[in-house]
Amino acid sequence: MSQISYISKQVADLKPSGIRRFFDLAAQMEDVISLGVGEPDFVTPWNVIEQSFHSLEQGYTSYTENAGMMELRQEISKYLSGSYHLTYDPSDQLIVSVGASQAIDLALRAVIDPGDEVIVVEPSFVAYVPTVRLAGGIPVTVQTEAEDEFKLKPEQIEEAITSKTKAIILCNPNNPTGTLLLQEELEQLAIVIEKHNLLVLSDEIYAELTYDDAYTSFPTVPKMKERTILISGFSKAFAMTGWRLGYAAGPTEIIAAMVKIHQYTMMCAPTMAQHAALEAMKNGRQSVESMFESYKQRRNFIVSSLNEIGLQCPNPGGAFYAFPSIKATGLTSAEFAEQLLQEEQVAVVPGSVFGANGEGYIRCSYATSLKQLDEALNRMKRFVQKRM
Amino acid sequence: MEEVEVELLKLIENNANLEVEKIAKLMGKSIDETRELIDKLEKKKVILGYSTLIDWAKVLNEEEVTAMVDVKVTPARDVGFDKVAERIYRFPEVKAVYLMSGTYDLSVSVKGKTMMEIGHFISEKLSALDSVLSTTTHFVLKKYKHDGIILQDADEGDKRIVVSP
Ligand SMILES: Cc1ncc(COP(=O)(O)O)c(C=O)c1O
Repeated sequence: MSQISYISKQVADLKPSGIRRFFDLAAQMEDVISLGVGEPDFVTPWNVIEQSFHSLEQGYTSYTENAGMMELRQEISKYLSGSYHLTYDPSDQLIVSVGASQAIDLALRAVIDPGDEVIVVEPSFVAYVPTVRLAGGIPVTVQTEAEDEFKLKPEQIEEAITSKTKAIILCNPNNPTGTLLLQEELEQLAIVIEKHNLLVLSDEIYAELTYDDAYTSFPTVPKMKERTILISGFSKAFAMTGWRLGYAAGPTEIIAAMVKIHQYTMMCAPTMAQHAALEAMKNGRQSVESMFESYKQRRNFIVSSLNEIGLQCPNPGGAFYAFPSIKATGLTSAEFAEQLLQEEQVAVVPGSVFGANGEGYIRCSYATSLKQLDEALNRMKRFVQKRM
Repeated sequence: MEEVEVELLKLIENNANLEVEKIAKLMGKSIDETRELIDKLEKKKVILGYSTLIDWAKVLNEEEVTAMVDVKVTPARDVGFDKVAERIYRFPEVKAVYLMSGTYDLSVSVKGKTMMEIGHFISEKLSALDSVLSTTTHFVLKKYKHDGIILQDADEGDKRIVVSP
């Protein structure tokens, strides 16, 4: 007997996240050391937590403005101008969202008509392709190469462009590769982007976590501000993943369209989280810096350890992921991750879940304590030695 | 002080048993460079020792009592408080001595096995010093946080799911 399915075709066709499968597998095991998490191991700075208690005690328990508390938007605007000399009017060029995740979704839904193509640079954050699809768009993936340190080249955009291409999503620094695009490289990309009139979604959620080179925010590249939606949030730098707070800044018209969707679907971001974020913006600098310092040291540690055990790993310029090659073991990335989990109880994410060119690599998050990291690397060494 | 020196100090401040090899990797330096850096900081007496913070309250029969003693003294000519402070900090029972502003002069932390033992030390040794005018003793009843480390059994385990985006 055939069963009627009420699920939309759009959703039915979405593949479940490859990460999810590993989560289910890992969840059944004990004493797993996880390098599979894409979030800080730090607890949100106490002054931020304390401020949200305080806001609740003061009775701030109702909705805020749709675009987010004005005071918070002003503070974000001040931050963007202080850090990158970017000026966005807090009254109509900024929206506070439920995580950078919702900002991505809003941006795509605000600009995409059915059939519009959006370029997604792979290996990529797992949400881009599905959110483009859910917005009715067609994701067109571009594969960056390991020999280019997974850096996107202007020719690659050029090749992917068709008459339907509307936008490109850039993630800098990148999840999962940790690759950081520098000023000159962004300027080269900007030439093609301008020539073809593309809109840019610039996901800069890891901007605070760049270790060796200066960070260039994409809208600061000449002529890019008017065609860029800058997306960021509090999850990574402030260790606030669970608070679900992010933001987008961009041209008035686009932000207005995003606010329109947001007001009917979400009303506003959670109020107590907005109060916490305000405190983070005002007094969170020192915590960001001390967490940054730890990430940088762990990056040095994991990269040299991975190379020592024979998993070739370039030095990632940002975020908190190492993306070593596992080709020398002769395993696929899914086999590697699965066997490593079964034999040594270490969870990593197979590179293939981030796109075709992620095959042959694994993503190891170093947002975990040095002690755990050290033990995980000992176990990986044992695992790799048996296979090489 | 150089930036790398500060980085190294922060690394070992709360983890004195970090191996040189690990410190080197974390800082992205060679082992030799790191060892040299440590030697230099030890020679300069910036690194004074490598201690372990133990919660003795959890160790059977090893409990100890701490008292914070406010001490008023008469400063000596030429050397001010330094001479009397030295007389006091030389006692092995004394764990810390600070010169304070406010209503008394020296804050002295004293450790002993029992309250009696500390009482004895204060009345027989500390108060008996010529330049000591008065003492006020406060016993520590419970330690919540010491040197930046929280001593309670707060559950600080990893609450993240094992794999996430
Ligand atoms: C590149 C990238 N963008 C966005 C997000 C989502 O961030 P948020 O927690 O602010 O929704 C993540 C989280 O892993 C990410 O890696």
